[in-house]
Amino acid sequence: MTEEKIFTAEEIVNSFKDEFKIKIIDIKIKKRSAGVKKNETSYIWMKIDKGAFKDIIKHLCALQFPHLAIISGNDLGNSIELIYHFTLNFGHPRSETILNISVDLPKSNPEIESICDLIPGALITEREKQEFLGVKIIGIPDDRRLFLPEDFPEGIYPWRRDETGPDKLYRNLHEVKK
Amino acid sequence: MNKTSVTKSTYQIPIGPIHPALKEPVFFEFELDGEKIVDVDVKLGHVHRAIEWASRKRNPVQILYLAERICGICSYCHPIAFSLAVESAADIQVPERAEYLRVIHGELERICSHILWAGVAAHEIGFDTVLYLTWQIREKALDLTEYLTGNRVTKGITMIGGVRRDITQDMIPKIQESLKYFKDNFEKLRGIFLDDKTFKMRSQNCGILTKENALKLCAVGPTTRASGVKKDVRVDTSYFAYGDLDINYITPDILTGKVNGDVYDRIIVRLLEVKQSIDLIEQCLDKMPAGPIVAEPKIAKLLAQLKKTNGEGVGRHEAPRGEVIHYVKLDGVNEAPYTWKVRAPTYNNILPWIPMLKGNQIADIPIVAASTDPCMSCTNRIAIIKDGNRFELNKEELHRLSVEKTRRLML
Repeated sequence: MTEEKIFTAEEIVNSFKDEFKIKIIDIKIKKRSAGVKKNETSYIWMKIDKGAFKDIIKHLCALQFPHLAIISGNDLGNSIELIYHFTLNFGHPRSETILNISVDLPKSNPEIESICDLIPGALITEREKQEFLGVKIIGIPDDRRLFLPEDFPEGIYPWRRDETGPDKLYRNLHEVKK
Repeated sequence: MNKTSVTKSTYQIPIGPIHPALKEPVFFEFELDGEKIVDVDVKLGHVHRAIEWASRKRNPVQILYLAERICGICSYCHPIAFSLAVESAADIQVPERAEYLRVIHGELERICSHILWAGVAAHEIGFDTVLYLTWQIREKALDLTEYLTGNRVTKGITMIGGVRRDITQDMIPKIQESLKYFKDNFEKLRGIFLDDKTFKMRSQNCGILTKENALKLCAVGPTTRASGVKKDVRVDTSYFAYGDLDINYITPDILTGKVNGDVYDRIIVRLLEVKQSIDLIEQCLDKMPAGPIVAEPKIAKLLAQLKKTNGEGVGRHEAPRGEVIHYVKLDGVNEAPYTWKVRAPTYNNILPWIPMLKGNQIADIPIVAASTDPCMSCTNRIAIIKDGNRFELNKEELHRLSVEKTRRLML
């Protein structure tokens, strides 16, 4: 790998704004300092439109191949929010930037494209999101369950807060049919 | 075997989910051609305890103690990553002295964990005298942990906005005495692990992970650094007091001049990190400023502040096995966080196992699987199904195969 350019948080933000304009719903930079020297670390929080999701990840990979730390998810009532936590600029002391890309999926159609073709390391976390949040990852190379046992009931998603949540599993254990 | 034969030349062996050599259960299914591994599949979830779900009924201070119980070895890095995430969400500034104390506890945990790993690795290849030697050294590290925190395993030292116990002036001689003990023994360990013929035979050119694969599969910690990827949260970002300290990436080329990405390189990285940790603790003791150790000592006031907070944050820390990241969302209504997502380093080091194990032999499984220092476990019983006959290999049998390979190589 050749020596890569270091992008500042502002440069990353501008790059996305220029390329995708209104597809970026909200973007903000948060800085936290630590220690006696008060060196700063930048956190970018970006909310994007679902339609441009794959193109935004492609743009990111072209900018610099990122490290995907994890995808986390929230059940927000009417929609499911997925947050992709990336880090950029690693390998250069004290210049790493954390990029959090958030995308809302409506509960009526919770589908999103897989990014395994761009970042193969996303497989484990995508499989986890499928079984825990009930989102459908389109084009995932391996859609088996990962953490949940094989006899866990279908249609129950442990991190949901609605009727598909795990509540009935622990309230009326005797009624659960496997 | 006759290659024109229509029968399948490979067979599968399931390994796991229980194996006492590693710490927690995991299930492997190996596709084998004779002794050679052709393909690997991993199944997880045998110890999924719904910890994130359990947090929905707890306030952030109670979650610290829940997070501590995610893992017995990383009992510091999980609560501290959770604290960092909450502090980021609620914009709490940690006092400078507490930042230094957090480094000391983090590095002490790294010493404990890496030395424990060194013992397990030696045991996996049948070098049990080294297991006893390393764990004897680790005992001293645990004694120091107990002296500083009051506990040996679940330390109970973390608090949101700081730490719970200070290191006073009269405690420093005992810390220095322990550090001297680690340094003296470090040279001994270095000789055994890096120059001994047995270790070299079993670990060189075994379980190779290329730099390209490490990047693509998002590997973290010593596993990725041994493949030449410079990635260490302590150096990359500025958190705790790491920004003030003299610290650099540890990759195997520092010692050998080249990167192979094999098990031997992972041993080099972990050993040099033990030395780095000793050095970091010494730097902290030197530079530590005076002052308070926690941002808000009144817990009720802290909880009231967090209850009103509406925001989200991520906390990242370099645990002994690699980057640990926690995501926390506080909704400003409930005391319990709306969402808490834990990502331990082994989670990202599962996929890299597959290229590492492919092409190796059955007898290499224990050492290669152990070389990422997985925080979950492997084998207790193997069943080999060949030509419709079922042979059961237990953990002792697998261990015996590994020891026999070492003996064979020594002839």
